[in-house]
Amino acid sequence: MAKVTIDGIEIEVEDGTTILQAARKIGGDIVPPAMCYYTPLKGSGGKCRVCLVKVTQGSAKDTRPMPKLVASCITQVQDGMVVENTTNEEVLNARKGIVEMLLINHPLDCPICDQAGECSLQDLSYEHGVSAVRYEEQRRTFNKVDIGPYIQLHMTRCILCYRCVYTADQITPERVHGVLGRGDAAEIGTYIENVVGNEFSGNVIDVCPVGALTDKTWRFKNRVWFTKPLDAHRDCPTCSGKVTLWARGEEVLRVTARKDQYNEVEEFICNTCRFDKKEMKDWTIEGPRHIESNSVISANHYELPVINVPIVPNLPSSTKKNLPQE
Amino acid sequence: MGLKILTEHINVPGIETLEVYRKHGGYKSVEKALKTMSPEEVVEEVKTSGLRGRGGAGFPTGMKWSFLAKPEGVPRYLVCNADESEPGTFKDRWFMEKNPHALVEGMITSSYALGANTSYIYIRGELMFVLRILEKAIAEAYAAGLLGKNIFGSGYDLDLHVAPGGGAYICGEETALLESLEGKRGNPRNKPPFPAVKGLFQSPTVVNNVETIASVPWIVNNTGAEYAKIGIGRSTGTKLISASGNINKPGVYEIDLGVPVEEFIYSDEYCGGIWKGKQLKAVVPGGSSVPILPAELILKTAAGEQRLMSYESLSDGGFVSGSMLGSGAFIVFDEDQCIVRNTWNYSRFYHHESCGQCSPCREGTGWMEKVLHRIEYGHGHPQDIDLLVSVAKQIEGNTICPLGDAAAWPVAAAIRHFRDEFEWHIKHPREATAPGAVYRGQLDAVTA
Repeated sequence: MAKVTIDGIEIEVEDGTTILQAARKIGGDIVPPAMCYYTPLKGSGGKCRVCLVKVTQGSAKDTRPMPKLVASCITQVQDGMVVENTTNEEVLNARKGIVEMLLINHPLDCPICDQAGECSLQDLSYEHGVSAVRYEEQRRTFNKVDIGPYIQLHMTRCILCYRCVYTADQITPERVHGVLGRGDAAEIGTYIENVVGNEFSGNVIDVCPVGALTDKTWRFKNRVWFTKPLDAHRDCPTCSGKVTLWARGEEVLRVTARKDQYNEVEEFICNTCRFDKKEMKDWTIEGPRHIESNSVISANHYELPVINVPIVPNLPSSTKKNLPQE
Repeated sequence: MGLKILTEHINVPGIETLEVYRKHGGYKSVEKALKTMSPEEVVEEVKTSGLRGRGGAGFPTGMKWSFLAKPEGVPRYLVCNADESEPGTFKDRWFMEKNPHALVEGMITSSYALGANTSYIYIRGELMFVLRILEKAIAEAYAAGLLGKNIFGSGYDLDLHVAPGGGAYICGEETALLESLEGKRGNPRNKPPFPAVKGLFQSPTVVNNVETIASVPWIVNNTGAEYAKIGIGRSTGTKLISASGNINKPGVYEIDLGVPVEEFIYSDEYCGGIWKGKQLKAVVPGGSSVPILPAELILKTAAGEQRLMSYESLSDGGFVSGSMLGSGAFIVFDEDQCIVRNTWNYSRFYHHESCGQCSPCREGTGWMEKVLHRIEYGHGHPQDIDLLVSVAKQIEGNTICPLGDAAAWPVAAAIRHFRDEFEWHIKHPREATAPGAVYRGQLDAVTA
């Protein structure tokens, strides 16, 4: 076990835990953002650099700080490590810079993007970005590509997080897409416009943090905040069959895997559940899905807002007093 | 004239053949190491020598070797990084072409020291002619029993392979090189684990530069203590310098570390002075990725002492008034060279060569290049200079591998030392874009 202090809050975690996972155990605002790291995907992380943190003390044995900011999603904790995330100016400035870089070639077409309202880049920009744009050069653009009957790739929005590549690599039986080209000319693609057509291919849509990979059966059908998310399940021979239905009235507009508070899927689902079962009668409805009250999806007010205030340990008592009570 | 360790026989006709190479003392280090020394003793000699990595970072070689993990039943590998491709750097290509057996000998001796039974020379794909030369040398070594099973009857076996890369600069970064060598896309790996723990095929691996490996035979033959006597301070031994730019005698020179920079530029033994007798304007002392220094700072250190060709002296003053020895690619600019154009040119290279894995490098290198292009072609805005400094700062230190730093440092240093020249381009775009125009030190005067 190792004791690590993140933004002044101490927690004991198992050896081998990363700084990000330790921060997630504490929860609340001190959790670094992550655009490329995805818990179920082995080897993901370290690329987007938005989770950079400052290690001000390497360990109890070696108290020297780490010379550079480190990616919290791939750096393992040491006993006695002290980490600064939200409390370090250098980290916040670096994160601001990285958000700016991520937005350089992103089209900011949120008003017409199917991912709007559940886009990690949107949330990241809101929390760490700046309102002014310094980039005045031409942005890169790509044609939309249909990769198979269900998925449309819009590379213009892609931030090259590689999550979809890891997904295809690790949970589907064949590898038909990857990264082509180099630098800012790199693109996600299939070899000579192949199709991504295996039974689990739809999961690349769920792991995409932006709107680069979209569900063709859902495109332009509705805005996410006008729909009603319901937890449902069915007896599926291929996957767990545990999904979230996105309905308008009695009509099921979209089926996705269930996601946790960090927007990561709990269990990957098969294409049959995702694309072919769009009737209420196909599913056993468990009830409304819990949506964080600060999410734009909760704007529809389909249920009473849930007060979900993260209780951060070691807060001064004056602060605790002002927290709304459940 | 200093001692020639690497280039003593380089101009001997036929030195690329095994027969001539052995006549001039070739492969003695292999015989000595395998017959009379334990691997640990070879590592100790290299440690004593103070030899530092000649690829650019300058990390002590013996220490790097001693970090190599030695788990039971797991193979170890030595990989020679011959993927030289930074602008201005051409020493390794020249050395391998002229004296391939020196590298093969170094590979055998070093592999023995590290306990590696399979070693690789990873060479830049464009250098097919050098690859053929190396393959021929390796075939000769196999035929003579210097490679393969039971070398010199010592019971030590070694297989040596040459592997051509695809020609991407990023594959010179050691972990990207290993990915490429494994047949994958050459993207740098996250560290830790370092290659000494998990490198090639997930096994402990040492990656060394051509010049580093080629220096090992001399150290084994003459002892590390003798090697440590050459050079100055912690910059021991000799160094190959690839000199280019506006000098009378561009080429590769082997120098004793510690030669004064002024002597290196102006003496007939080395660069022979500035071309056509012009004034020295600036020098990039260690390859395009290191900070540029104006004439007054390349000749004198921050403390006002004579600047020397050594790791310490060239970095004296940090990045404010110093630079780095790097790979030893010494690029000289005379008074007629445009720093803005040169910086844009370097930036174009790093933009093109960024692997695109991490956001700051992927997007930032392109951003810097486009702004520099704009300034160079007379479309810059006054705020562009601070923008470049800010973007360089956002990239520096925030990327997976050092390519981000390599892209940011030249831009930041050029602005730090030649800000007037950038301002001149922005204030007087018409004059700055005229053919042959160059800034002559008067910001508000128009000079062409």
